[in-house]
Amino acid sequence: MGKVKRSPWLLHYDGSSCNGCDIEVLASLTPVYDAERFGVENTGDPMQADILLITGGINEQNAPVVKQLYDQMPRPKVVVAVGICACTGGVFKDCYNILGGADKVIPVDIYVPGCAARPQSIIDGIIKARDLFQKRSDEHDEYERTHRGK
Amino acid sequence: MAKRSVVPFGPQHPVLPEPIHIDLVLEDEKVVEAIPNIGFIHRGLEGLASKRDYKEFTYVVERTCGICSFGHGNGYVHCVENIMDVEVPERAKFLRTIWAEIARMHSHLLWLGLQADQLGFESLFYEIWRIREKVLDLLELTTGGRLIFSVNQIGGCLKDITPDMMKHILEEMDVIEKDLRVVQRTLMSDTSVLSRTKGVGVLTKEQAHDLGACGPFARASGIARDMRKLGYDAYGYLDFEPITSIFGDCFARIDVRIREVFQSIDLIRQAIAKIPGGEIMNPVKGNPKGESIVRIEQPRGEAVYYVHANGTKFIDRYRNRTPTFANLSGLCETLKGANFADVGMMVVTIDPCISCTER
Repeated sequence: MGKVKRSPWLLHYDGSSCNGCDIEVLASLTPVYDAERFGVENTGDPMQADILLITGGINEQNAPVVKQLYDQMPRPKVVVAVGICACTGGVFKDCYNILGGADKVIPVDIYVPGCAARPQSIIDGIIKARDLFQKRSDEHDEYERTHRGK
Repeated sequence: MAKRSVVPFGPQHPVLPEPIHIDLVLEDEKVVEAIPNIGFIHRGLEGLASKRDYKEFTYVVERTCGICSFGHGNGYVHCVENIMDVEVPERAKFLRTIWAEIARMHSHLLWLGLQADQLGFESLFYEIWRIREKVLDLLELTTGGRLIFSVNQIGGCLKDITPDMMKHILEEMDVIEKDLRVVQRTLMSDTSVLSRTKGVGVLTKEQAHDLGACGPFARASGIARDMRKLGYDAYGYLDFEPITSIFGDCFARIDVRIREVFQSIDLIRQAIAKIPGGEIMNPVKGNPKGESIVRIEQPRGEAVYYVHANGTKFIDRYRNRTPTFANLSGLCETLKGANFADVGMMVVTIDPCISCTER
């Protein structure tokens, strides 16, 4: 964990999860677990978000929604798949309406397993995402400097 | 006539973590019509019944919803027990009651927190979720899981609550009750809460009856209907009355749910005082054949379970009518004529659980 230059904002979207991971994501933001002490902030607006926390698998109807949310986020961005359903489809893998994990439609960087994922492991994922975001942000700045002379 | 416009609510909306899409037809600031569109979380869970062993399927059913997980598992095992004519030990019945009531407390507190957050009462949201963590700790202590416990199985329960744990539960109940009294006093007497919820989103008793509303949503409109009164599990041995309110507005719904948390605390105390000793599991042999329908009171209202089994280890059909599905038509009725600014709050007051609804 190094120094943070920017505070990444979180966007949380419920793909097709059973709510279990959703409320654990919320619980990890409340004072008992308090993910906000690591410099992140929860937001409802994809256009201001840097880290997407996605729970649940992908189905026919929500695939375009997830894709659109991802496209609306500014670069650089990091995606965290929370819970086993978002990683692979989990217990619902064989259901007729489940295409698979979140990586079927968007690139996923960090996988947080668990059914339901515990707040501790979600916070672990958020910290990893924050560091990755920092790295990508630096690379982005470097690129701008060398290629565009800014 | 004012110009009409359509404003979408959801699927991704800051008010609710779950995706529900409602098209709101507005005339200036007033909602004229609300058209719901669901299906964003449809997984096809009921279809898995033909691919999973009937005992294994309990774990799938419990994952219908992370909030009312215990209730769903309970409804399904009740159905199969009815078909197979299994006698459940008395102690297991009481254990199920205790867990169901702790799960109800967890669900209602979660909702109260979201409601406080929706009203802009951020500090109360944090306070309620702090209390809720105590409830989750009890669940973790007794079952091993925070949200999805998987302690129910056909024929009884897989885990027992030891006398030490019972003592701890009773101690924690006292602490939670004391903390909650403060929350109740604050939420029920705050001026801004009163002005935002009193007289908003009224559903009359007749409307609630005609639209088939259930659970706390119907009880807040004065319909004293509570499936726990059917006496399944150990509820037949416990003394309680359904909690109702006559006003039918958003305030009444908050009031009813807060009082139900206290009722749950009372029921847990009664159940722990009356729990008998003995076995917790009756072994089950063979495969189910026949059909059964069971009604269970979930935290959000009456849920109906149907199982049709054909004598093999895979069941033919599993069907589940969930409370939020029944309440959606009531919600769309109350949304008519509401202010656009109140829509978010009114959607939250029915305690929507979209994962259950769409499965």
